[in-house]
Parts: sequence; C-alpha cells; structure tokens
Amino acid sequence: MAKVAAELQYSDEHEWVSRENGNVVSIGISAVATDALGDIVYVDLPEVGSAVTAGETCGEVESTKSVSDLYSPVTGEVTEINPVVIEDPALINNDPYGAGWLFKVAADSEGPLLSAEEYAAKNGGEL
Amino acid sequence: MTENYTALYEEHKKLGASFTDFGGWQMPLKYGSELAEHHAVRNSAGIFDLSHMGEVWVTGPDAAAFLDYALAGKISAMAVGKAKYSLICNEDGGIIDDLIVYRRPADAEGHHRFLVVPNAGNAKVVAEALAQRSGSAREGGFEVAVDDVSAATSLIAVQGPKAEEILLRLVPAAQHELVTGLKYYAAVEVSFLVGGASRNLLLARTGYTGEDGFEIFVENDDAAALWQSIVAIADEGELTPSGLASRDSLRLEAGMPLYGNELSLEGDPFAAGLGPVVALSKEGDFVGKAALAAKKEAGAGSTSGRKLVGLKGLGRRAGRGHYPVLKDGNVVGEVTSGQPSPTLGYPVAMAYVDVAYAEPGTALDIDLRGKAEPFEVVALPFYKRSK
Repeated sequence: MAKVAAELQYSDEHEWVSRENGNVVSIGISAVATDALGDIVYVDLPEVGSAVTAGETCGEVESTKSVSDLYSPVTGEVTEINPVVIEDPALINNDPYGAGWLFKVAADSEGPLLSAEEYAAKNGGEL
Repeated sequence: MTENYTALYEEHKKLGASFTDFGGWQMPLKYGSELAEHHAVRNSAGIFDLSHMGEVWVTGPDAAAFLDYALAGKISAMAVGKAKYSLICNEDGGIIDDLIVYRRPADAEGHHRFLVVPNAGNAKVVAEALAQRSGSAREGGFEVAVDDVSAATSLIAVQGPKAEEILLRLVPAAQHELVTGLKYYAAVEVSFLVGGASRNLLLARTGYTGEDGFEIFVENDDAAALWQSIVAIADEGELTPSGLASRDSLRLEAGMPLYGNELSLEGDPFAAGLGPVVALSKEGDFVGKAALAAKKEAGAGSTSGRKLVGLKGLGRRAGRGHYPVLKDGNVVGEVTSGQPSPTLGYPVAMAYVDVAYAEPGTALDIDLRGKAEPFEVVALPFYKRSK
C-alpha cells in the first residue's frame, strides 16, 4: 500500500505540502498518486517567479499511460523548481516525498489541506 | 459489466499485481513498474496472462470453405500447422474483430480443424457470428461445428529474445527440436512438464510485442501450474511477469493495431493498412466482400479518406487517443493510440490522417490539450527487432 508521509499535509488533488522557512513551502505529489499514475516520464512545472493559485492547475505530470494536471495546493509566487525531476522524472515515483519534490512557493495563503491521517483515510494510503 | 477472472487471478495477486478492467476481465495492469516490464520483454523475456482472449474451434469437412466465407482472408490456402492474421467483417465491410487462425491437423475422421482466437471483448460476438454464418450462409449451410471453448481455456505468452531458451527448459530434450524448429506464425503440440506432470499443449510462435515469443494454450485446470513452472525455472531477472500496460506500449512500438483503438466496426481495413489481409480475389463470396471491393475501388486509405500512420514526436510530450491531428492549425486527423516509447525514448502515436498528409516525412502537429506540438509522419512499425 502506498505510503503517506505523516509529517506532511495534502490537497484533495494528491499534492503534498511541506513547510520550510517562513512562508516558503515545498510541494510534491503523494505516493498514492504516483502509484496510480504509473511510471512518470515527463513533468511540466510552473516557472520560477510565476504566480500560482490554490486549487488551480500549474503544470502537468505525464506517465506512460496517462497525463494528469498538476494543481497548486497554495497561493503565492514560485521561488524554485526541482531541475533534477525534469531530467529524471522517475525520481517522482522512486522518492515522491524526497528527491522527487517538484517546486517551492512563497505562500500567501493555502487551499484546503488535509492532515496525513485524513488523506490516508480518504485515499487508502498507509501512514 | 460482468467481472471475469482468469484462472491465474490468484497468481497475479501473489505477485502484487494491480488490476484493470479490460474487455470485462480483471487483468493485471502491471506488477511493479510497467517500464521495467516493457524493457524486460525487449531485452530478456516477459510472461503474460492472455486468458481473456477467446478460443473458438471450427471443425468439419467444410471448415476451410466455411472460414473462407466467414472471414476476410483465404483460410483454405493455409498449410496445416500455420497461423494467419485475419479479420471478421460485417456485410458493410466494418471490422467485427481482428483475430488469429491456427490450422491444426485433421481429426481421426479426416475433418479439418481450425482454432480461431478473437480478442477478449469480442470473443462472444465472434463465436456467435461464426455460429450464425455456419448455419444460414449458403444453401444448406456448411457442414461444420463451431465450438467456443474460451471459458475453459487459458493462454500464457512468453515473449522476448530469451523466450525460446526459457521454454526449452520446460520440455523434454526429445521435444526440443519441435520448439527450436517452430517458425514464426506456426503452432505445434508439445509435451510440457507442468507441476511434475506431462501435458500435451498447443504451442504457437506468435505474439503481440514485436519480439520473438510464444503463446501456450492450456486448460484452466493446468494454467496455474504451468504459470508457476515457467516463473520458477527462469532465473532471477530473466523472465518478468508483465501486465497489460507494458503489452500496450510494446504493441504500439511494434505498430500493431488494437481493436477499439485502430480497428472498429466503423473503420475499414484499407485505411488501417490491412488491405493485404482482405482476399478479394479468393473464390466465392465472403461476408463483406461487396462492400470491401467498393471501398478498395474508391481508393480507401490510398487516394481517399484517411489512412493509419505512425507519428514520431519531436518534443517530449505524448499524443493520446482521440487528440486532434493538425496541419497549419486545421484538423486533418485523430490519434488512436499514443504514449512515450520506452524503447525509442521519444513519443510515438498512431493516427488516422487525411491521405494527403500520410507520406512519411510530413510535418504535422498534435493538439495536446490546446497546444500544438510538432510530430512527423514515419513508417510503421516504430520498432523492429534485429534478427
């Protein structure tokens, strides 16, 4: 069963949010989502400096079988993207909560977020 | 829709498969990584459960003449032991299914025997169409029996460059030449060791992956033991259980049409590049002949209508089924299958495009959710194994 990292918060669209310094958050997608997608082969991330809005699409995640929109779980400005996953999207499958992180945002506000317990209960993940 | 489970369902669960519905069957989508399974088949070998496919025996003194009438190919010209790819069409020339026909030795009474293998979702329809055509087709009907054994029959495929080597470990030495001497698109009865017992099974050198490989027909009762025997004799890493996700990416690279994507009742064989499968010159009438002759006469797939082509992506993003194909912003076709090619490293797609844009080298775009991405028409298949 797909792992749900206990220390993170989650959106209904399967993104996770990790608080860094001040209002900066790191964002990735959950193992529940990467399992469902299959092997990820391409990822399209928002540009550094662009504005993202909680609950709205800001990129794409493409697997061998399908393509999914990437939603931002927070509202703010993109401060950094993970260049490594663009070159090696398989990292998103292999280490979704670590090296497979996607982008960082200086967040003004957050969309509705779930605790790890709530997310796992809803999506069948394992804490 | 009815949920059907193959005799190997428990084996798949043991191997940690995730499942998908395919043609009314719960089938393994993948066991781990579908990319790893894909590469395993290209580089070593994979084992697939294809028990959802149909098996219909056509037996009797008129069996060959009957299949000439019921199918688009000239089945009576087949040699015993051979397999042939064919189509079953309706009166309008629409494709009911694509299928493989195996000609088996005549039975003790001298009756011709053919095994017809339709696709999972179409197995019932094909069996019913054959039964119906055998009775009412011509004056007095055909002296032939149509026996749908799909429910009792499992099918296991071993595909990849190491497939032969792996199978040889399952058959006694005295039978090795039957396996090594088996030609592509042919089948033979071979004695297999299945769970310690010897079983005479039909072994076909056919497949749907673009690799060398085999398909083994086995009764449901023996299916799990055969599966376990094959998995057990292969050393670690040589043989990878592979699901439908990798099967789809493999067949797409090999340029093989999939019923429901490239082939349909509305489609026509000439547009799909299957003109050579339609034997318009064979003796006598066959179902769909008049309509198919008219389509050919009208230049379907060559000078009129649309044609199935391969598209190679110049960027990294893949086209998917039903996405529009564009030329200078105008819709000139539609994608039927598309995804990133694991073997080739770029996106590939099959699409029907207006014949004016079907020449290899033609620059086209696929409308990827609102953005036009560049693709180029290329000859099919995308991937061909080196022999």
